[in-house]
Amino acid sequence: MSWTRQELMTVSASRLLADHRVVFAGVGVPLLASVLAKQRHAPDLTIVLEGGIIGPRVLAGKLPISTNEMRAARHATMLTAITDVFLLAQRGFLHYGFLGAAQIDAHGNINTSIIGPVQRPRVRLPGTGGANDIASLCNEVLVVTAHEPRRFVERVDFVTSPGHLGGGDAREKAGLVSRGPSTVVTDLALLDFDPDSGRMRLCALQPGVTVQDVRAHTGFELLAHPEVYELEPPAISDLEILRELEAGAAARE
Amino acid sequence: MAVRPTRRLREELARKPSPPADKLLPAEAAVRLVRDGDHVAVGGTLYSRTPMALMFELLRQGRAGLTISRPLSCYEAELFLVSGLAGGIVTSWVGIGLPWGISRVVRELVEGGRATYEEWSHLALGLRYKAGAMGVPFLPTFTMLGSDLVGLVDTHELICPFTGETVLLVPALNPDVALVHVHRADRYGNAQIDGYTHMDADMVAAARTVIVSTEEVVDPERIMEGADATVIPHFQVDAVVEAPMGAFPHELYGRYEADFAHFDEYVAAVRRDGLAAVSAYLDRHVHRQPDFAAFLASFGRSRLEGQQARAMELTAR
Repeated sequence: MSWTRQELMTVSASRLLADHRVVFAGVGVPLLASVLAKQRHAPDLTIVLEGGIIGPRVLAGKLPISTNEMRAARHATMLTAITDVFLLAQRGFLHYGFLGAAQIDAHGNINTSIIGPVQRPRVRLPGTGGANDIASLCNEVLVVTAHEPRRFVERVDFVTSPGHLGGGDAREKAGLVSRGPSTVVTDLALLDFDPDSGRMRLCALQPGVTVQDVRAHTGFELLAHPEVYELEPPAISDLEILRELEAGAAARE
Repeated sequence: MAVRPTRRLREELARKPSPPADKLLPAEAAVRLVRDGDHVAVGGTLYSRTPMALMFELLRQGRAGLTISRPLSCYEAELFLVSGLAGGIVTSWVGIGLPWGISRVVRELVEGGRATYEEWSHLALGLRYKAGAMGVPFLPTFTMLGSDLVGLVDTHELICPFTGETVLLVPALNPDVALVHVHRADRYGNAQIDGYTHMDADMVAAARTVIVSTEEVVDPERIMEGADATVIPHFQVDAVVEAPMGAFPHELYGRYEADFAHFDEYVAAVRRDGLAAVSAYLDRHVHRQPDFAAFLASFGRSRLEGQQARAMELTAR
C-alpha cells in the first residue's frame, strides 16, 4: 500500500501523542494526527481547538475546514469563549501544542507573518492566529511540515511563533514559561533540538530516506544524533482511518 | 487606538439608554450609530457568527476612516478595505481558510502600503478586549514574549512585583462600536448565544456603543426560561436589530452552515480580476440590494434551507 507525503507526516505525528494527555491542535495535519491517535493508541487524548471547543469527536467525512465551526464542535464536551481556551494553555493544562509551519528555522522559530522588510513586506502572510499563543504557552510544542529547503531556513525573516529563539537559554530569558518545540515531523524525518544550542537535530528517517536526502532539503547546517534510526512506515489500518476521515473533504459538501 | 483613561471610559456609559428602553430598530437606523473614524469591533470569528447583516448595511451607507478589529478576519475585512470604509484592520489572522489560500486582496493592499494590518496574537487580542471589559487599562500575559510581534505593536514588558517574572502588558481595547450577531434577544437587549461564544461578550462589555442583530426577537419570558444562555445583559446594548440568517453566508451554530460554494465563487473571481472582483461583489450583493433580506433572497429558498438542514445534522446529539 502506498501513501502520500501528507499521510506519512500525519501518521508519524500521531505516534508522538501519548494517551491521557491534552493536545491543542490546529486544522489540517495537526487535527488529523490527533484524531488518528485517538482511534489508534490514545483513546483518552483530549483535543482542544482554538474556536473554544474542548473534546470534539470529529466525524469521518466531515472534517472541519477551520477550528471555529460546527464540524469542529461535533460531540464536544465543552463549548466556550476563545480567550478562555487560550488561558487554559497559559495556566499549563495543555500538554501538547501542535502546529504547522510555512517557514521554520534552525532554532524552531516559525514565521507566518511577514517575508521581507517589516514596514513594507514583500509577502504579507495571513498572520499568527493562535500559533504564537500555542508556541508560547503549551507545555511542549510539536511541529509538522513538509521538508523543503525554502521552509527550513537558518533564520526566519520574522519570528511569529517563538521556538528556542537564538538558542541556549534565550527562551527562558525572554520570559517564556514553557519548554517550546520538542519535535519536528516531516515527510523525510523526525527531528529534535540539541539541549545546549537549541538547534534542530536529526533523530530518525522516514522509510527509504537517507541522511543526505534530509540535508539536501534543509536550508541550514543540520546536527544529527550519533545513531539515526528509521521510522516505522504507516500501517494499513492508519491509512484506512485517514482515508475514511478525509472522504468527501475535497467536495466539502 | 490609544488606551483611554478609565474615568472617561466609565463616564461614556452614562450615555447608554436607561432601562427599560425598547431598542428594537431597523438595521438602517441602528447602523447610523457608527460614526466616521470609529473603531468597530466585529463579533464572531472567521466565518462563524459574523454580523453580516449589520456589516452589509454599514457598507451600503458608507463611512470614512473606520478601523475594524476581529479575532480572526474573513473576507468581510476585504470588503471594508477595498470599499475604502476602513483603512486598517486589527486582527490575528486574515483569510477564509486553508482551501482558499492566502488573501490576495490583503496582500495587495498591505504590501502596496494602502492598508494597515495591526497583528496581535489571538490571545493577546482577546486579552485586550477582556481588559476593556474588565475596566482596567491592561492585562499581563506570558504570550507573545520573545517574538517579533511585540516590536510591531504597543506593549510593555514589566517585571512582576510579586514573582520577579517578566510579563507582557497588553493594552485594553475599548472599541467605539461593537457589532455582534446572536441567536435570540429581547427588545431590551438581553441576548443569548448558542454554542461557542468567541470573544463577543468581552468586546460588547468593552465598547462604547453596542449594536446587536439577532436571528429572532423573543419575549423577555423566553430569555428568562434559558437565562444561562444569556451572554449580553440589556444595559450594555444600544440597539437591537432583527436579522434572520443575519450571519449568512457565514455560519451560525445550530442554525445554518457557512456557504462554502459562495466563498469558492468569491475567491475564483478575485483570482481572475483582483481587487475589481471585490468591487463587483459589493456592487452586486450590497449596493444593488435594497436590504439584507433581498441579498438572502438572491440565493433562493432551497439553497438556504439546505444550509439550515446541514447545521441541524451537524449539531444533532
